[in-house]
Amino acid sequence: MNAYDKVLSARAADRAQGTFYINRIIDDFIELHGDRSFGDDGAIVGGVGYLDKRPVTVITMNRGETLEERMKRNFGCPSPEGYRKALRLMKQAEKFGRPVICFVGSPGAYCGITAEERGQGQAIAQNLWEMAALEIPILTVVTGEGGSGGALALSVCDRMIMLEDAVYSVVSPEGCATILWKDAGRAKEAAELLKLTSDDLLRLGVADAVLEESGKTPEQVAKEMKKLLVSSLKELDKIRISVLLASRYQRYRKIGDLWN
Amino acid sequence: MERVMLKCRKCGRETPEEVLKSNWWICPGCGGYFRMSARERIRLVVDEGSFRELDPAMLGGNPLDFPEYDGKLDKARETSGERDAVVTGYGRIGKRKCAFFVMDSGFMMGSMGTVVGEKITRVFEYATENRLPVIGFTCSGGARMQEGVLSLMQMAKISVACRWHSNAGLFYMAILTDPTTGGVTASFAMEGDVIAAEPGALIGFAGQRVIEQTTGQKLPEGFQKAEFQLEHGFADFIIGRKKMKDVIAELIDVNTPRERPADKKLPK
Repeated sequence: MNAYDKVLSARAADRAQGTFYINRIIDDFIELHGDRSFGDDGAIVGGVGYLDKRPVTVITMNRGETLEERMKRNFGCPSPEGYRKALRLMKQAEKFGRPVICFVGSPGAYCGITAEERGQGQAIAQNLWEMAALEIPILTVVTGEGGSGGALALSVCDRMIMLEDAVYSVVSPEGCATILWKDAGRAKEAAELLKLTSDDLLRLGVADAVLEESGKTPEQVAKEMKKLLVSSLKELDKIRISVLLASRYQRYRKIGDLWN
Repeated sequence: MERVMLKCRKCGRETPEEVLKSNWWICPGCGGYFRMSARERIRLVVDEGSFRELDPAMLGGNPLDFPEYDGKLDKARETSGERDAVVTGYGRIGKRKCAFFVMDSGFMMGSMGTVVGEKITRVFEYATENRLPVIGFTCSGGARMQEGVLSLMQMAKISVACRWHSNAGLFYMAILTDPTTGGVTASFAMEGDVIAAEPGALIGFAGQRVIEQTTGQKLPEGFQKAEFQLEHGFADFIIGRKKMKDVIAELIDVNTPRERPADKKLPK
């Protein structure tokens, strides 16, 4: 598959998303709604449950399955209240000392008048700022399309796992082609240039592990994802919080630093 | 010397550059604010003779081998006289010691790639080590596409450094100038203890054309302006250029950590 094929695959309507994996990996999931300030954004689903008997907080972007549900969930494009709900659940996880697992897969943060009025930029910024020092392990799994700041707001973490056919980019290939060449039709070219595949991200030090999908059913991927999440958490458990936060600092500090 | 005339984007009036330079880059006709270079901003805000630049020689490359990017960088360097879209350093503002960064819209519309990310991260680290406040002037079209996901990660990198600076009990003031959009708004522009905005500045996350195209809605009057951000609770106040230095100095003053007398340890 070339880069643009991967983008299309990551976006495919029938691709398994975060909720699919939560249903298979997390036992006794209880969904928790609302940002306690404005509303409840269906584009983000969060709650608590058990990963291999251990309490965790899980947060995922949700594009919906049926057309009706997709509309209700705004096609997985979160509004500020979605990010604020996610932050509320992360702070709750911090209070009770349970790890956070985030699933990323949506076209990006919602671009609209209401989102701007309620501070889309501020909401994303607040998540980055809080996640920078959240005193519990954070794991992010990129399951589909990871788009721009809207994806970053759930992916400041200690370990980032990417599914083989997932992508993660600063801008959609169509957006990039429109800005550069005023021609969205050249998205395929842009996709190659943006270096957005799981291999690229592993090489650039943004992702820590790639979960293979080729020849596997989503059910099989879910089983391996669970194993990887459990072992990653065991590894992070051995690290004291002060050291964990310092490593999180270094994880981002070194990305794109060509001068040290 | 040839007289350079600059046109106000708000009222259309043309004004000689030297007149603008001595008038805070404010249009004598309508009072509208011109964009200014990072060096001009430093000349107007930082106490004369106190400015020391950090990382003046840092030069970026083309980390993803993006086509035509080298040429764009060369051209931007030539027209702006800067090596990239931010100038960082330390000095005094109204006699108060501080570190600062000033973004420059004259360099690829202030877009943020690895150099901008690295320099701003370093200024936060410098300030944390030296226990200084950070005053940051933002001005940016957002993340720099040509550096792909590396640009995106600069948002996280700066945010982490900004948070550690904050955890050290130090003050950060963001001053949002025209335009502050995209990934800059969605990270360090909105992470200040105090967030001020210049009058009339465009401040937002999503681009206006993108919003119109995606939603088909007509944008309301004044949408995403500084005054809109104040009204919606995302800026502390609108800051005029002429009083800016005094306001910054006072805020540095009041936001210097102090121990309450009752909490001071008694001498043994």
